[in-house]
Order: sequence, then structure tokens, then C-alpha cells
Amino acid sequence: MPRLDSTGYTVMFATGVSVACALLVASAAVGLRDRQEVNAQLYKQKNVLLAASLVKPGQAVSSAEVQAIFDRSIRVRAVDLKTGQLLPEDKFDAKGYDQRKARNDPAQSRAAPANDAQVARLPNYGTVYQVQGADQRVEQLVLPIEGMGMWGTVYGFLSLDRDGNTVRGLTFYEQKETPGLGGEIANPKWQALWVGRKAYDASWAPQLAVIKGQAGPPQNDPHHVDGLSGATITSNGITRVVRFWLSDQGYAPYLKTVRGQEKS
Amino acid sequence: MSRNPTPFGKKERAALLDPVIAVNPIAVQVLGICSALAVTTRMDKALVMGIGVTLVTALANLAVSLVRNHTPGSIRIIVQLAIIASLVIVVDQVLKATLYELSLELSVFVGLIITNCIVMGRAEGFAMQNPPWISFLDGIGNGLGYAVILLIVGFVRELTGAGTVFGVEVLRLTKNGGWYEPNGLMLLAPSGLFLIALIIWALRTWKPELQEKD
Repeated sequence: MPRLDSTGYTVMFATGVSVACALLVASAAVGLRDRQEVNAQLYKQKNVLLAASLVKPGQAVSSAEVQAIFDRSIRVRAVDLKTGQLLPEDKFDAKGYDQRKARNDPAQSRAAPANDAQVARLPNYGTVYQVQGADQRVEQLVLPIEGMGMWGTVYGFLSLDRDGNTVRGLTFYEQKETPGLGGEIANPKWQALWVGRKAYDASWAPQLAVIKGQAGPPQNDPHHVDGLSGATITSNGITRVVRFWLSDQGYAPYLKTVRGQEKS
Repeated sequence: MSRNPTPFGKKERAALLDPVIAVNPIAVQVLGICSALAVTTRMDKALVMGIGVTLVTALANLAVSLVRNHTPGSIRIIVQLAIIASLVIVVDQVLKATLYELSLELSVFVGLIITNCIVMGRAEGFAMQNPPWISFLDGIGNGLGYAVILLIVGFVRELTGAGTVFGVEVLRLTKNGGWYEPNGLMLLAPSGLFLIALIIWALRTWKPELQEKD
């Protein structure tokens, strides 16, 4: 056996350890990737259902149940964010469309105009989860939202009534805000405060805001939500993110077409 | 070092059990404080983190001990680090595949097990000099010692900071119509430091032999 401190042996040993460690890590990553992707997908779907109140917060639902409710009640559509027109389902696979991947693909996205939600890129197409009632009628529209909180990008879903204005629910499925302070945006009790608020004012400008202190009940104070104490930056961030996606850069053109259909 | 004839001789029992209280890595050796502050706001996080660290410490000790007589002294630290880092990534991947929602909240801290002083400290301080089996037990013991403190601190912080234990409401909060107003300070890192200091104080009062003579 060569001397332990010889250069040749040291290099050989280091190589051996590296290869063994690399094999271990690679096999774990590859072997578990499918289950992780399924988990991530299910978690997102569960949050769509939470936003649409099809699953109650804290309710124990199995993966199979989430899948079943999602398949039964949700119709995934894609919408051209600029024109607000839904893409025909036979031409575009909205279910397989990943908005977050598309956003980073120059062919499927564009640089976002300067905005205070700090959204850097906008995909050409946005996903819309249509929540269908018993008679196939669209009851709610669940819209994905994302933007800067305090520590990082928050990702969530905003559910609007079919009038394109009344908030039916809000969830966040990925956020890095301070636990106990800004992290309270993930608290279902705070999220419940959004239900019944109006997204737009009479001239269709996005008005939702997280304010300092307490907001009144939705009928008296239709646009405001209680602030999170100790989390002013997160609160302001959420206001900007929600307003951005309700603006003309986001889903406003689509929501206009929805309102048009609703009136006719 | 001579090998004991039985797999659970006196020495093995000591390697396994001593770190849980008598030479507890957090309370006596004062290692691994950083993550003990970060993951003890809720008990489920503390439990999973405790299990993760126990697994990593035990397997890292085992692996380091197995190659200890073949490891060149000049690169032993980086070899230990490579082994520990690989194990941590595996633990992280397994968490993402099984407890996805919890892994979202823990993820950054699971990655930081690499920098947990306990793991490296036991690999360099114990496994490099001892045979595999006893090193493995030492790793489990130290992981358990870490987990015990995490769970105690997590219990106090979650109960006083949020009124819950393992996410189940124990003290009815004023915002839900109860009587308990949660103490937000308990959810911030400093309270973890206070609690660990109190535990160290209590332990040294109970076992005066731990006090250093000055």
C-alpha cells in the first residue's frame, strides 16, 4: 500500500470519494425526481382549490382527492395577456403549459414594463383556472399571481367571482417572508379577510390594498384588507403584486372580456 | 482501540446515551446553536430537523470512520465535508419526495445541516479515531441530543408564541375568541437564545460537575 501522505495516493483517494459522493447524490436526485414533481404539481393544484374554496384550510385531503376535485371542477385555460382572448383548447395545451417556465423563455415571453411589483418578465400567455359549477357554468376564475414580497418572490392564486371583480379567495403557495410576521400571508385566517372585497372601483382601476391597521367589513370598505403588524414591507408588496396582475399588464384585458360576456 | 465483544457493551451505551444529556451537543458542547434558533418556532419543524440531523450525523460518522485509516491527513476535512454534503442533499431530496409541504418551510435549513457544527465536530472529533459501529452510535446519540433540545425549545416557543403544539391549538387565542394573547417575541430568534441559555443554566445547576472552574 502506498504511503498515506503521498501526492499520488491523495489525488486517487480524493477522486474516489468524489465519484462515490457524486453517484450517491445523482441517484437520489434522479430516483426521487418523479415523486418530487408530482408533489409540487399537487401542491399547486391544492392551492388552486384552496383559493376557490373547494378545499377548506386545514382540511385533510389526500393526494387522490385533490386530483379528483381538481379534475372534476377545474378547467385549465390559457389566455393571451395582451388581447385578453382565451386560446382555443384544441390548439393549445393549457394543462401542460407552465407559465413560470414560459416566462423565462424569450420565445414565449417579453420583458415586463417597469412596475413596482418587481415582475421582470411577462409570459405571452397566462393560465386561468376556470372553476365550474354543477351546470358547467364558470363560477370563479383563479388567476396565478407572483411578485416581490420582502425577502423574495411570492407565488399565489387569486380567485375572482365570474363578475371579474369580487374576490373569492387568495392563497400563497411559495413565499419566503419572515415566519410569524410577513409569513402570516400564508395564514388562512388572514387570507379569509380578502373574500368579498372588490378588485376594481367604478372606473375599473385596481383598488385592492393591504392597509395599515384594520379594514371594515367588505360592504363598507370594499377594497381594503387588514395590514399585518410588523410586516409593512410584505403588506405593501402584496398590494403591489395583486394590483399588478389586475392591471392592464396582467389579467385586466381578459377580465374585461369576461365582464362583457356577463352583461350580454 | 480494542473492539468490545458485544455490540452494546458499556462503551457503546455511553457513546449512544451520554450525548443526550451528559455531554449534550447544544447544552454542554454549545454546538449547532444557529439552526436551533431557526427551526424551533414550530414543533413539527423541530422534529423533522432533529431526525434529519440524527441521520446525517450517524451516517457521516459511519462513513468517515470506515475510511479513517485510508484518509490522507492533508485532505481529511474536505473528505468529511464531501461526505456530509452528499448526505444532506440526499436527506433534502427525500424530504421533498415525501413531506413536500414541510420541506418547503424547512428547505433552506436542511441545506444548512452541512454547516451544523455538530456533524463536522463529531466526524473530526470522534469518528476519525474510532471504529465504525461505535462512531455510528455516537452520531445517533449526538443527533438525539440535538433533537431533544430542539423539541424542548420548540415546545415552549410554539406554545407561547402561537398557542399551539404540533399545530393543534392548545391555548385559545384572543383572535379566535379565547383568552391567550400570543407573545410574538417567542417566534423571533432571540427567544430561542434565551431558552437555550435557560436550559444550559438548569443543566449546570443540576450537574455542577459541568461548571468550569475559573
